[in-house]
Amino acid sequence: MPDQPSLRARANAPDESNLPAPEPLQTPAQTVGPFFGYALPYAGGPAVRAAWQPDAIRLHGTVFDGAGDPIPDAIVEIWGPDAAGRPSTERGVLERDQHGFSGFGRAAVDRDGRFAFTTIKPGATREGLAPYLLVTVFARGVLHHLFTRAYFDDEAAANGTDPLLSTIDPARRHTLVAESDGPASYRFDIRLQGEGETVFLDFAVLDHGDEGRREGMQR
Amino acid sequence: MPRPAPQPEQTQPDATQPGETQPGETQQGISAEIAALHRAAQEAAASGAPVPAHPPRDFPPYRSTQLRHPTRELVRADPEEIELVSPAFGHTDVAAEEADLTIQHTGEPLGERIILTGRVLDGEGRPVRNQLVEIWQANASGRYVHKRDQHPAPLDPNFTGVGRIITGDDGSYRLTTIKPGAYPWKNHRNAWRPAHIHFSFFGSAFTQRLVTQMYFPGDPLFALDPIYQSITDQRARDRLVATYDHDVSEPEWALGYRWDVVLTGPRSTWMEPEDADHA
Ligand SMILES: [Fe+2]
Repeated sequence: MPDQPSLRARANAPDESNLPAPEPLQTPAQTVGPFFGYALPYAGGPAVRAAWQPDAIRLHGTVFDGAGDPIPDAIVEIWGPDAAGRPSTERGVLERDQHGFSGFGRAAVDRDGRFAFTTIKPGATREGLAPYLLVTVFARGVLHHLFTRAYFDDEAAANGTDPLLSTIDPARRHTLVAESDGPASYRFDIRLQGEGETVFLDFAVLDHGDEGRREGMQR
Repeated sequence: MPRPAPQPEQTQPDATQPGETQPGETQQGISAEIAALHRAAQEAAASGAPVPAHPPRDFPPYRSTQLRHPTRELVRADPEEIELVSPAFGHTDVAAEEADLTIQHTGEPLGERIILTGRVLDGEGRPVRNQLVEIWQANASGRYVHKRDQHPAPLDPNFTGVGRIITGDDGSYRLTTIKPGAYPWKNHRNAWRPAHIHFSFFGSAFTQRLVTQMYFPGDPLFALDPIYQSITDQRARDRLVATYDHDVSEPEWALGYRWDVVLTGPRSTWMEPEDADHA
């Protein structure tokens, strides 16, 4: 660490004097709160793929609370690979042009809890997986974001053998599957609690931060 | 880039949100609930349960969690390739001026100018490079430029309170802003949030995604705030508090704070016995 501790006030630092090797300790999450609306959304955030592109699909839905009411202050992110199953490494995720594809999108819900993205239907990142988008949900009252996946209902064969989807309680499996509701349109509602509660995921994460691993995974 | 001066928006206060406004509830009652939950967490830790860094999503003293936390256990999933990489943010995405929240308008914002710097690291201490950091905050009076913020404190025509930066090769970020004010909210009667800055981070893997809040040392509102206290472990709570760093302060200009961020727990936090079955 380049910082010099000499003049640092230590009053707020935890007392680690009796502890063994100082290992970096995880920073806790806090709610996104109600006032992100002028900060996190950005122009083009919901348009991962320009709507006029022939391969564009719409992924839309509503975020509901445990009383079945739409949540007006949630924000949803999606992240997925391209049609061939490759994560994009194009720079310029925020200032995307009309022709590229970065795979990342962000949409705040409207007053009725609705969000809508245009993107492409992703490919599977490896053989044996069904295609899906990673979906992340933030909201006032959600102290730590929630991860889920949006699979597609017109991929029944691949869904049936997907190593995650096929192990989910069949009664809840549909909460992970976006439903075709028109040409190139899929509906994916998110229920934070109660009847039809979405299956949320806890990733058994080892630390995979190194570039070598990332490069090694590109095909 | 210059932004338009913040304008007060002509909106009526929203109808009461479920779980949001409980005007009859006292701080004393909320504090007693917090204390009971902390005791329960300490007892669990004493009997050998792992101490979680993150807050439980079901934390009743923060009333808005009531209808917004899953009641089913999260399903353990092995991350696939898409979860192990992150979007490719780049320096072209963010203008250098976006790291200075005091130069977004024609005049200087009111309040205490601060420099906030630190490093974004992964669980093994490696820098998280070239990743997006976003912040948003209230002004020095405790008011957000947001139409739903009804706090009768003045907007500052020279302060929006939004900044972005891409981390450097050493994972570092450096922001210039104004120290935000505390503000009231409607969790219970006379509820006040300690001064904080909202932060959003991307890691090298999407599973490291983190949205959190950074606080300032010595805030008398810490003990009273159900959002800050939702982190049941004192040592974990401390990690959200920046450190005053006189080496970062600049003479005749700004006070300096340092806040390092770790986006993943140590490997041991996540290791499961070989035979563990999470089906
Ligand atoms: Fe806030």
